[in-house]
Amino acid sequence: LNTLILYKSRAALQGKFTLLRDTRTDGSFLVHHFLSFYLRAGCKVCFVALLQSFSHYNIIAQKLGVSLTAARERGQLVFLEGLKSCLDLLFGEESESGQPGPLQFISESASNLKALFDFVRTSLTPTDSDSWQGPVLLVDDLSVLLSLGAAPVAVLDFIHYCRVTVCSQLKGNIVVLVHSNEDSEDEENELVVNSLCHHSDLILWVEGLATGFCKDVHGEIKIIKRVSLELTAEQDHVQIYQYKIQDKNVTFFARGLSAAVL
Amino acid sequence: MAAAAGPAVGGAARGRGATSFQRKAAAGSRLAAVAGTRPSVRHGQLLLSSGLPSLDCVLGGGVAVGTLLLIEEDKYGLYSNLLFKYFLAEGVVCGHDLFVASAKERPDNILKELPAPLLDDTYRNELGEEATAVKSEEFQDSMKIAWRYQNLPKMEASPTSTKFGHYYDVSKTMSPELFQSIKWHSFYLPEELSSQPKMKTCSNMNSAYARLLQSIQRIIYQEGFDGSDPQKKQKNILRIGIQSLGSVLWGDDICSSDTPEDIHSLTKFLYVLRGLLRKSLSACIVTVPTHLIQNKAIMERVTNLSDTVVGLESFIGSERETNPLYKDYHGLVHVHQIPRLNSLICDVSDTKDLAFRLKRKLFTIERLHLPPDLSDTVSRASKQDLAESAKLLSSGCGAMAIGKKHLDF
Repeated sequence: LNTLILYKSRAALQGKFTLLRDTRTDGSFLVHHFLSFYLRAGCKVCFVALLQSFSHYNIIAQKLGVSLTAARERGQLVFLEGLKSCLDLLFGEESESGQPGPLQFISESASNLKALFDFVRTSLTPTDSDSWQGPVLLVDDLSVLLSLGAAPVAVLDFIHYCRVTVCSQLKGNIVVLVHSNEDSEDEENELVVNSLCHHSDLILWVEGLATGFCKDVHGEIKIIKRVSLELTAEQDHVQIYQYKIQDKNVTFFARGLSAAVL
Repeated sequence: MAAAAGPAVGGAARGRGATSFQRKAAAGSRLAAVAGTRPSVRHGQLLLSSGLPSLDCVLGGGVAVGTLLLIEEDKYGLYSNLLFKYFLAEGVVCGHDLFVASAKERPDNILKELPAPLLDDTYRNELGEEATAVKSEEFQDSMKIAWRYQNLPKMEASPTSTKFGHYYDVSKTMSPELFQSIKWHSFYLPEELSSQPKMKTCSNMNSAYARLLQSIQRIIYQEGFDGSDPQKKQKNILRIGIQSLGSVLWGDDICSSDTPEDIHSLTKFLYVLRGLLRKSLSACIVTVPTHLIQNKAIMERVTNLSDTVVGLESFIGSERETNPLYKDYHGLVHVHQIPRLNSLICDVSDTKDLAFRLKRKLFTIERLHLPPDLSDTVSRASKQDLAESAKLLSSGCGAMAIGKKHLDF
């Protein structure tokens, strides 16, 4: 898993927006990697986990060498468990204080994600007692927000506000996972994904192999560094590797050079 | 303020005694106390049998507790209904609690039609003829080194003697005595609508879905499946079965119109259901009439929100029914997604080409074998069929990768 880090030059690692995109396969291993990477680097992480429960991430993170419960107790990790807060919203008692929950948009007809953004902003704004390095926002699966009723424009607005706050003002990073399909009929999703692709500094695009399922090579990853955004008239750097996922690790190798073939 | 809000959420989660997806490897004996389950070797999660041992193999051992099994119905709903009944029948045999929700059939009628489990002796008699044929081919050499083991039976005992996964006889229905000790809850939509015509819905979801969610949540909370009642010594599993979700009978028009009124109802329902399942000791089977849903974007979102997705495609009424290539089988099985729980990888079976068949009494899912092409002069029609079916077969499981190009060697 750590071979991924080789491609990153540590110098300019602030204020970056990284997009994780998966097509026909599951790219969540990248989310786990970034989570453990940033926690180990000592950054303050706000993790919006919409699709899985806390213990799922915790168990995998333990395999990768990081303890999420300890990080949460220290205050380094702010974990929004989407499933749980949705249940609290729908079935919880009405005795909550006036502050709306972060997923309020599910039950309200107004489909804007302002409450979610406020949650992110308040959790990543550094207080005096914090001594962490730059803040990081991690979103596991932006496509779920569309399924829950948010309009694509609202999702894009949310990401925009987050970028302004986290990347520009607080000099932090954002990592977002989206699903996409080439011949997908989900136009709203494609709209969001394409728009995010244009705005991101780094795209990690995980695809299944075009020739079908293979036991030894689970897929292909394209690493696109958007150098063209830096106004130096260069093209984007694209690197392609293939990977195989194991229990605690992901191994990357050049195309066609999997261990099974050599 | 912000820092207090974060740990407060975390504190509530821990204080509630969350029973979902926690590594219980240390308390191995406690796990086995729940009847009808076994821990998975891959991710330490409890697995339930889906009622069909061949489907359990395909799904990597079974249905994990806390997950959702989505069955995409075949064209006439016959075989998906069968899988639905198998799931519930397995719950009866294992002693789990049941929750049956349907909009078209009364749940007690559904329960009356569950297949009868095959007991040990009858199943052994069935297999007896085949076993004697096989035994003659087994090597009968006396063991030279491990001669102490010579007297032990050569093959493992029949599957029904284990507690996980039973075989059912489709031609007989389950006897009512087996139901006596089972606690089951039902949700029959026309009854619910007539009993409580006005209900405040806290979300702008389809009212039928909202009621179903409330009902499920109430049962989970009252019966203590989410661990909220620590006095309860005997833990049990709740098996939830929802029939034909998304069809017109549930008040959702995604199956009948191209531009439905509220395309988010079904996905919101599935999200909340996922939250409820993760929080409690339960597993759910949902059948969805996918072939009727016009808007494919919804199906993509539904697939992303479910854990395990299995699609059935029956040959009834299609030209494949008379195709000699498929004469042994009644339909194809497509496994679209298998969840990765608590780990980076998942158990994927090697075979992607699966078909099912309903023999006289048994329903099995097995690897699709094309018969050998034995004709002297290969006629053009059959060769094209072969290529078509081979192309279909090479497009494998969606969660892993879909092969679009048919490689011709």
